[in-house]
Amino acid sequence: MSEKEVVLSARDIVVQFRVRERTLTAIRNVSLDLYEGETLAIVGESGSGKSVLTKTFTGMLEQNGSIPNGQIYFEGNNLLDIKNDKEWENIRGKKIATVFQDPMTSLNPIRSIGSQITEVIEKHQGKSAQEAKDIAIDLMERVGIYNAANRFDEYPFQYSGGMRQRIVIAIALACRPKILICDEPTTALDVTIQAQIVQLIKDLQKEYGFTTVYITHDLGVVANVADKVAVMYAGQIVEYGTVEELFYDPKHPYTWALLSSLPQLGTKGEDLYAITGTPPSLFDKVIGDAFAPRNPYAMKIDFEEEPPFFQISPTHKAKTWLLDPRAPKVNPPKAIDHLHERLTAMISKGGGYHG
Amino acid sequence: MDNQEKEVLLSVKDLEVTFTSGKKKFVAVSDVNFDVYRGETFALVGESGSGKTTIGRAIIRINPISNGEVIFKGKKISGKIDKELDRWVVRNIQMVFQDPAASLNERATIDYIVSEGLYNFNLYENEEDRKNKVVKALTDVGLLQEHTTRYPHEFSGGQRQRIGIARAMIMEPELLIADEPISALDVSIRAQVLNLLKGLQKERGLTTIFVAHDLSVVRYVSDRIAVIHKGRIVELAETEELFRNSLHPYTQSLLSAVPMPDPQIEKEKKLIVYSEAEHDYSVDKPSFQEIKPGHFIWANEAEMAKYREMIK
Repeated sequence: MSEKEVVLSARDIVVQFRVRERTLTAIRNVSLDLYEGETLAIVGESGSGKSVLTKTFTGMLEQNGSIPNGQIYFEGNNLLDIKNDKEWENIRGKKIATVFQDPMTSLNPIRSIGSQITEVIEKHQGKSAQEAKDIAIDLMERVGIYNAANRFDEYPFQYSGGMRQRIVIAIALACRPKILICDEPTTALDVTIQAQIVQLIKDLQKEYGFTTVYITHDLGVVANVADKVAVMYAGQIVEYGTVEELFYDPKHPYTWALLSSLPQLGTKGEDLYAITGTPPSLFDKVIGDAFAPRNPYAMKIDFEEEPPFFQISPTHKAKTWLLDPRAPKVNPPKAIDHLHERLTAMISKGGGYHG
Repeated sequence: MDNQEKEVLLSVKDLEVTFTSGKKKFVAVSDVNFDVYRGETFALVGESGSGKTTIGRAIIRINPISNGEVIFKGKKISGKIDKELDRWVVRNIQMVFQDPAASLNERATIDYIVSEGLYNFNLYENEEDRKNKVVKALTDVGLLQEHTTRYPHEFSGGQRQRIGIARAMIMEPELLIADEPISALDVSIRAQVLNLLKGLQKERGLTTIFVAHDLSVVRYVSDRIAVIHKGRIVELAETEELFRNSLHPYTQSLLSAVPMPDPQIEKEKKLIVYSEAEHDYSVDKPSFQEIKPGHFIWANEAEMAKYREMIK
């Protein structure tokens, strides 16, 4: 595999929010590289910081948020040097675009679908109204809207949920962004529609060559779309690797727990593995490994000192003391052992999953 | 378990539910037939708008039915019934809703929310008895006695769903209808709630109707599955039979879309796209037929012949 170019590099990002006179540290020292044309999936539970992290790439943090530390390098500049919204407009939507979870809240309900796409093209590409309309109809066809020319003047309520999400994707791609951030793009959609949208994003990525950041809590979707995966917990990336490394050779106990709790991997009649407790409050200073109180493999040091990243392969690293040479050897839970063989067996007999 | 030995707890026959808005009529559910056996988990699976929730709500009499009947423990509980029977239905069939935040009265304490059914049905001897029952219901679902004085907003999503389950289980129902009980929850919390439901089922011999859109969850929890498309059951079979030998093209399309947590499998997967145009029902009309013991399918005669060929 040839070395891919880094398109965006985030270094030591810290994000804090002021909430009722208190400070919540949502992102705790995260560094991350995005590679050209690749798909990075960020997985984590609600509150782990996966959306907040990517919002820093487009200057979209809420009013009470601040970034006291870190740099985000993109096209030779540090995005965190950007001071005002006017400057952000050269990046946001134009070079880094976002597709959000709920298409109904991203679209304006009282404006026609067509005008919402052409607006972006006219504004960012300086095209005339007619040119913009041609480009928009072409885009609509590309995202799978049949009869696009006739549906150009329709309104969001005349579109189904899946079609609306296709339009949101069309708008996001109207400026030919270098990076497309998909924030739970299919969570609000039905399974069959979800599969189609996931496929659409993959096809468009091949065609346009953009880099995708995919935020999701669904490990099935991750397995489908990702080249690289970052697992987030309590405001930090705790494991990072290629999709194969993450699924077939996970190292962090939190990744183990996430995988083992999947009903797909459950054995009938036996309890599923369930993570006990709740994530730590990020209002308080986290001491040691944030996952320690819920981690059945936790050692004394996990409660005292934050683990560093241990490199497992050139592409794979995990932030857990279990990888320290002095740590006792532990095996991952049974539920995720031989994951591929077991799932293959599950879907093979009689065809089932794949017809 | 043999089919003959199974006791039918609930029987749904030719169910039809119609919604009217002004002069417009919309048939949400039609030709729905199934039995639920005592002690089993029966899953209703379909996409949004398929009518799966409507079926659940028709059983507990929230949605009036326009045709057919629902029989619970040998008694007809659909249509016009007297007040006493209605109360009996409420006592014995309980429901857990999808969104735990929306289904709990946010201005009531947990003590009141969990007790409401006891109050309504006078199911306690004295104040002490009621308190004991509430504490037992809460501890059964993994909550603490001290939680009784708190309000729903003080709990996490998973805890709120436990409160919803405690509130249903305190009535000691024979049938629990769980309407997407885990889809609003985080991955790690899902496992907790699934384990909880399974445990309750084992201990109490509870019968469950599990309404879901996600086939991967359903495979793990249910004994039998009914797949619903546009208000009709298109296929019904035991869980493994359905996963291994699905026949209806819609079921196959749903199965092909289930995301699997395995990159290799996902990379090789082929989506099956379903279109109703595949069926020609212009002359040869379809019906709900048993193709082999326990495996039912919505098909016409020509399709039945084709399916019989497929299972040979």
